[in-house]
Amino acid sequence: MTTALAASRAERAWAVLDGVPDPEVPALSVRDLGIVRDVLDHGDGLEIVLTPTYSGCPATEVIERSVLDALAAAGLGPARVTLRRAPAWTTDWMSEAGKRKLRDYGIAPPGPALAEGEQPIRIVGRRADAVDCPRCGSPRTERLSAFGSTACKSLYRCLACREPFEHFKPI
Amino acid sequence: MQGSVQLRSDPATQYLLRIGDTCLILGQRLGEWCGHAPVIEEDIALTNMALDLIGQARAVLTHAGKAQGFDEDQLAFLRDEPDYLNPTLVELPRGDFAFTMLRNLMVATWLKLLWQRLAASSDAELAAIAGKALKEARYHQQHAADWVVRLGDGTPESRRRSETALAQLWPYAAELFEADAVDDAARASGLGPGAAELQEPWLAEMDQVLAEAALTAPKESSFRSTGRRGIHSEHMGHLLAEMQHLQRAYPGGVW
Repeated sequence: MTTALAASRAERAWAVLDGVPDPEVPALSVRDLGIVRDVLDHGDGLEIVLTPTYSGCPATEVIERSVLDALAAAGLGPARVTLRRAPAWTTDWMSEAGKRKLRDYGIAPPGPALAEGEQPIRIVGRRADAVDCPRCGSPRTERLSAFGSTACKSLYRCLACREPFEHFKPI
Repeated sequence: MQGSVQLRSDPATQYLLRIGDTCLILGQRLGEWCGHAPVIEEDIALTNMALDLIGQARAVLTHAGKAQGFDEDQLAFLRDEPDYLNPTLVELPRGDFAFTMLRNLMVATWLKLLWQRLAASSDAELAAIAGKALKEARYHQQHAADWVVRLGDGTPESRRRSETALAQLWPYAAELFEADAVDDAARASGLGPGAAELQEPWLAEMDQVLAEAALTAPKESSFRSTGRRGIHSEHMGHLLAEMQHLQRAYPGGVW
């Protein structure tokens, strides 16, 4: 009986986390982003395990607070957040629904992250990876800047519809 | 006025401080570009990279201070100059854009090679920090390499500035690869690589970029900087005065 109740509490917490938006990209929930790694019920409270996106991401602390606020508002408190660094977050953990929402929001979603291990720096004949325009779908795009409004995005321009857009970098 | 904190400096702590302080001090220098970069994209890029570096510094300094009861802010803001163990290279004034890009390339290449090896550290927390930081260092290296090629192989003016920056910065690289007791202890315990073993792969990657930029690395000189041993250039005190001022004047102040 205790086990069944505990499971349902964690499940309800997962559902609540579906509704907690990322502060920088509010089209995505923290679950879409793939940073919620675990929800543990310790009986006397929930433990939400988060893996931060970037080392210097200023949103990390805001996310922690909004997760706790949402759980408290849903009557699922007390809860605490712990950070798990390893394995490091990758955009491969972003859900398919999340990638779709990102595109609808006007941000080109990340492709597969590069495999770990030795990656030579590409200098000669280097081209940024092909990124389709999230507005018109054209593959004829060019990168304007490696960094955008946040560390996780770069800046592109569509050569077909001429609209600038952001690309969520695969990492 | 807030007094200084004093760390017991066993070899493992010194090894961690050398890494954390490299990120912290370069992050501080890159932050100085905010509002001053030649175009807005680069303003954003430099401050984004500063944020990454400060995030890495926070993680490493938190880890370094934990056993002795110090937090990241105490280590970042309340140490005296000789207790910072970053290589001199990262504390040099930011210079012009060519100087900043070349230094970023030198440091990001070095950090990338270091994080790659630290990802297998016997210290699980350090390995976790490295796994994350490695992804960021790759972007930093790529960004700097693009600019070094563009400026080195660009106009006569950008080329002149690149050559000047190379002549100024190159002698400070030697320090990065000087082995000492701190490195030997880290290698023996599996904490991380010795300084010397990064030299060959670093030179190979630097040569590749410099060749594409049509630049030639200066000859090896006998000059040795000593920041990793706490003996800094005249620029460090000025940097620390600015960086520490708020915490020293308003102890415990937070945002």
